[in-house]
Amino acid sequence: MSTETSPGPAPAGAAAPPSTKPVVQAGDRIFSGLAKGAGILILVVLAGVAAFLIVQAAPAFFAPAEDIPGGAGFLAYVGPLIFGTLLAALIALLIATPLAVAVALFITHYAPRRLAQGLGYLVDLLAAVPSIIYGLWGAGTLAVAAVPLMQWLERYLGWIPFFAGPASVTGRTMLVAGLVLAVMILPIITAVSREVFLQTPKLHEEAALALGATRWEMIRMAVLPFGRSGIISGAMLGLGRALGETMAVAIVLSVSGGITFNLISNGNPSTIAANIALQFPEASGLTVNVLIASGLVLFLITLAVNSIARYIVNRRREFSGAN
Amino acid sequence: MSIDTTQRERADQIPPIPSGLEERGQLPRWAMPGALAASAVVVGVVFAIIGFNVGLWVVLTAVLYAVGLYAWSRAVEGRRKATDRLVTIIVSGAFILALIPLVSVVVTVIGQGIARFDPEFFTSSMRGVVGEGGGAYHAIIGTLIITALAALMSIPVGLLTAVYLVEYGKGRLARAITFFVDVMTGIPSIVAGLFAVALFAIIVGPGARFGFAGSVALSVLMIPVVVRATEEMLKIVPNELREASYALGVTKWRTILKVVIPTSIAGIASGITLAIARVIGETAPLLVAVGLTTAVNFNPFDGRMATLPVFSYLSYATPGVPREPYLERAWTAALVLIIIVMVLNLLARLIARVFAPKTR
Repeated sequence: MSTETSPGPAPAGAAAPPSTKPVVQAGDRIFSGLAKGAGILILVVLAGVAAFLIVQAAPAFFAPAEDIPGGAGFLAYVGPLIFGTLLAALIALLIATPLAVAVALFITHYAPRRLAQGLGYLVDLLAAVPSIIYGLWGAGTLAVAAVPLMQWLERYLGWIPFFAGPASVTGRTMLVAGLVLAVMILPIITAVSREVFLQTPKLHEEAALALGATRWEMIRMAVLPFGRSGIISGAMLGLGRALGETMAVAIVLSVSGGITFNLISNGNPSTIAANIALQFPEASGLTVNVLIASGLVLFLITLAVNSIARYIVNRRREFSGAN
Repeated sequence: MSIDTTQRERADQIPPIPSGLEERGQLPRWAMPGALAASAVVVGVVFAIIGFNVGLWVVLTAVLYAVGLYAWSRAVEGRRKATDRLVTIIVSGAFILALIPLVSVVVTVIGQGIARFDPEFFTSSMRGVVGEGGGAYHAIIGTLIITALAALMSIPVGLLTAVYLVEYGKGRLARAITFFVDVMTGIPSIVAGLFAVALFAIIVGPGARFGFAGSVALSVLMIPVVVRATEEMLKIVPNELREASYALGVTKWRTILKVVIPTSIAGIASGITLAIARVIGETAPLLVAVGLTTAVNFNPFDGRMATLPVFSYLSYATPGVPREPYLERAWTAALVLIIIVMVLNLLARLIARVFAPKTR
């Protein structure tokens, strides 16, 4: 980012004289040292996050099985939580991804030009709402509104294991938790997809239209293939957010134990994050270590998901035809 | 002549390639609003007979409109245009569907929270309050102190790191920092809270809850956002400006401070405002690291502090014996929080627009 990147004939004097060393002032050294120090501090903090979590989690891994809450060891404790975390996030992803792609398409290719930016801002506002408010809304409004829907699902689709019922009368079910998470990750997936759709080469779009394609055919032939990796990475980022989401799930979901695929009943497995939020304020002794260990597991899961997402984004950046 | 006719006859024998668009009619201009109105009326009439339900009415109208317009267009215009019309309806419908939660959230929070949105809520704490009355003065103070401390730690570190990455960074260290900032962006907020708890459990002993621990947790969440936003803004400062400054003999650090950062200050300020808006509503890390108290506490290094999100959550999750006043306070706290976040978001847009550098 310094002088050597200047294109064309650079103004004389921009380049340092070749023979002498550039003069480095004390201020320069201090400032660059500060900047570098801040960068290194971030690495230290992150190493600290990992190290402190591991230190505090370690007792849970080595404790005798009967001391762990549930009395069957750490894996038996954290297993249903991992299952619940993945299930809720997966529901959210399945609902949010198609919707987000459609919303992004609407903003980039269907809405009137003049409105598009304002509409995009409206969707961004969805991302700004704190998760506690989504939790209150989910429990207070959405859960109540979803009860008839879940009763309908039980009556007509009850033969599918997901909707076996009995349908909850409070509406605080895995399906509703997934819906709330879907609302929360929708703006993330939309934002990433929108960026990529806007980068579609204009010539490809115009070529498709000139060959007589309708708008949808143009989108299917030019926009979607170009944006596929963007959609995937946006979905992965959304998945990472949904996996780590705490308060909304803690408020909405009615928790009682084990692994089940039944989405509309009262008995649901909790998620790792929600379980920590619910148990931690009253926890003491080994329970604290167990909860921190489950947090470490969550950290590793989200780390894996986010790394895959970044990998896809970066690979696309390098090989994209747009640059 | 004879050759000509035979050729023409042959040409007539070859069937024209069906294109799907030619020789087809077009729907009249009023087709879309007309079909929408017609399906609304039809569904409305059916509902008038079997009993009315607004939600179901809207959904069935949309379905009937989509199916009806598709069938009509397919009969008149052909398959391809019909598909195009169908997709247009689906995409527009998806957008409207996505806005429903936003509207519903705002309506719910205002509707439930307005009851206690009174002066008492902003001037009194919960000390000694059982049942009615009381307020969130202590929680507002706590939120402001903890967020300010987090911002105080995150902004310098984030800014300097972004400067390092854009202006100085090369090689493995810069790549490592970029990668780990990405990793940090993905840290779940509850894990950040656990980190603060684990850190201070080692430093001051287990079970400690105080405001500063919450600030540390929040800055873990805030730093990567600040770095990303600042980095983007520094990158779009044109190189010509830097080179012009170097050409005048200005040293690099003064160039950065006097040329690069002032040019991009609007974007940086807007990014920082958005970062504050993001962490001010965080609940989970404060729940585990700071806890809740009923009295005002101005000292972030000693004792528990109340914060708006935690106050709202615990009032809702563990209400006292007459439930109503606790739930009302929870919703009002949520309303105050959403107002703060929205104001910060608008402020960010405003900063970006008003202080943007005059490029032309």
